[in-house]
Amino acid sequence: MNRTEREAAVRRIMERVPPVPPPDLYPAAVRRGTRMLRRRVVARRLLWVALAVAAVALTVWAVAVQPWVAPPSETTPSLTDW
Amino acid sequence: MRERHASQGARRAREFESFVAGAAGRLLHAATLLTGEAPDDNPRARRLLTLALAHTYAVWDRLRGEDPYDRAREYLATRFARAAWHHRGGLLSRTRAHPDSALAHLGPQERLIIVLRLFEGVGEEQAAALLGIPRERVHALCDRATATVLHPPRRPAAAAVEAGVAPS
Repeated sequence: MNRTEREAAVRRIMERVPPVPPPDLYPAAVRRGTRMLRRRVVARRLLWVALAVAAVALTVWAVAVQPWVAPPSETTPSLTDW
Repeated sequence: MRERHASQGARRAREFESFVAGAAGRLLHAATLLTGEAPDDNPRARRLLTLALAHTYAVWDRLRGEDPYDRAREYLATRFARAAWHHRGGLLSRTRAHPDSALAHLGPQERLIIVLRLFEGVGEEQAAALLGIPRERVHALCDRATATVLHPPRRPAAAAVEAGVAPS
């Protein structure tokens, strides 16, 4: 028996008794699929909200602290005339 | 906007329903062979198929011309591979096939390969890429599984128990 014949024989064995799909398969799949979709939408929305909150926080902090302004020097000025 | 959303949902439901009506039988057959359950008592295969179909439903609008059947089959195979990997060392009864199954003498990975290659007609390269194993290994596993199905060992139960106990 060559390779093709062997594969055909195995195919026939596997095809022998087809199982019957349950009647509630479609509604169950749609229910779970809808839940997956909704969860994904909620997760995306949460991510956007977190991003927006972070942006607002950064802006408020930047306006309040103004980190680009050089702080007044706290060290003693260097001596120039002595 | 809301109207368009609703009509899109209705279209998706319609298309998905006809897809399930056409593909469920074939996919359930493949799933039952994978889990190695008897054709008339296949709770694990049904669960696996429901999950795969739910996943297909969730990505339906983003398929962009891709075949939903391929997507469902891909999900079925990878999900089964992951579950088989996790239960490898656990309860043997979960991974060992039911005697009524056509693939009763095969291990989970051999069942997976033979179902993908011969029952579903997936190419060697594609099966290897899908499972993340070398093409040569797919070839060898498929050959071995074919031989086992055609010439089953005489005392399968004893052999399976020995094989399960020996490595530990």
